[in-house]
Amino acid sequence: MYLHFGVPLALTVFGVLLIAAMFGLQKLLSPNNPYQRKLTPYECGEPPTGRAWINFNVRFYLIALIFVVFEVEVAFIYPIAAVYLNWVRSGQRLYALAEILIFLLILFVGLIYVWVKHDLEWVKKVPE
Amino acid sequence: MSLLNTLPDYVLTTKTDELLNWMRKSSIWYMLFGLACCAIELMHTGGPRADIDRFGASPRASARQSDLMIVAGTLTLKMALRTRLLYDQMPEPRYVISMGSCASCGGLFQLAYSVCDGVDKIVPVDVYVPGCPPRPEALTEGLLKLQEKIMTERWLTRSNHANGQVTAA
Amino acid sequence: MEPLAIYQRLKERFGDRVLEISDSKLDPFCVVDPAAIVEVATALRDDPETAMDCLSNQSGVDYKDRIEVVYHFFSYRLRHGAVLKVKLPRDNPSVHTLEHVWKSANWMEREIFDLLGVTFEGHSDLRRILMPEDWPGYPLRKDFVEPLEYHGISTVRESPIIRLDTRKK
Repeated sequence: MYLHFGVPLALTVFGVLLIAAMFGLQKLLSPNNPYQRKLTPYECGEPPTGRAWINFNVRFYLIALIFVVFEVEVAFIYPIAAVYLNWVRSGQRLYALAEILIFLLILFVGLIYVWVKHDLEWVKKVPE
Repeated sequence: MSLLNTLPDYVLTTKTDELLNWMRKSSIWYMLFGLACCAIELMHTGGPRADIDRFGASPRASARQSDLMIVAGTLTLKMALRTRLLYDQMPEPRYVISMGSCASCGGLFQLAYSVCDGVDKIVPVDVYVPGCPPRPEALTEGLLKLQEKIMTERWLTRSNHANGQVTAA
Repeated sequence: MEPLAIYQRLKERFGDRVLEISDSKLDPFCVVDPAAIVEVATALRDDPETAMDCLSNQSGVDYKDRIEVVYHFFSYRLRHGAVLKVKLPRDNPSVHTLEHVWKSANWMEREIFDLLGVTFEGHSDLRRILMPEDWPGYPLRKDFVEPLEYHGISTVRESPIIRLDTRKK
């Protein structure tokens, strides 16, 4: 019954060997010449200053998240617009329109909520 | 452990060299490095009409991923330091095309106080493309010349010049 | 209003602090006392008869015995312009900034400082704008001596034209 696992085992061994062969060939055939100036961080030619591990403003992620929500909204609406004519032909236009309007309304309420909570501003004012 | 420049001239090793060279010349990725008006012609060369993508040359934004630096435009002394650092940060094997009069010898501005007359004062140059600025056809010709040069390189076999051991000036 | 009329108006208002009025047909100008440049410029801007709302250019000239800073004003409302000049001594030239009168003076004054070494008192950010931070001297001065190298890059131009030059390097 252990033979059931023969094929995955063979595949695993083959995969590991293939990757090892690739890396080994690369080690054998590629030039390797590290020196200090080459290993400096890439900063478009500028001499690097400071550390790369700096903190980003957390507002950046919040606004990016809101952006993603509304991008998905566009991605949903576009195919609906493309096939809307088919719904009209089959006599379901009001149903489809109401569906998409409800979807838009929910997201719009969400946008208003974010707006009212001052989350669209770069510097959020916290009430004291 | 590396096999470079260690093996004698056998058919197997020279053919492997050719294979390596053929692969390298067919995927020359060049760094986007437009310094002045030549950059317009450089963009045009990458565009659909001249289309050096058909020779495997595609633009990369980072020095870490590119094999070729096309110095397109007047090299000022302020930029020369950055150019040297960027060349240092490119992985070997790396090549440089000096595009246009300004990069080759300073061109019109060679007597100006702020201009470095010739990129070959900073980094070793493989191909010089004359012109002010060179047409896309000229730059394509320069790329083909570079491909010819790449095909003559020796990697595994013992050669006079040690490839991969080039240190910057 | 014609430029000469503007200068006469300035002369009436500021008296002997307006030093000289040139009635050149090509481009008449008016030389003012360096200590009074802010007052004169503010008057040009705020006077409804002149109403200069734009400092279109500010530049510096090195003559052998003096350095001049030239101001080109323009009024978009009244469609006329004026040229003021300030004569400064060659060693340690200094004049008050016009940055708080017209904001466009900021970068132009930085450029004059960069290339000619004129210090603008009260300027908010007087740094070099074009040349590298560690550049020695002011390159548009007549007595500027180019350094022989910049960070190890030789600036001796191997050009046939340099042999005609009388400078010895």
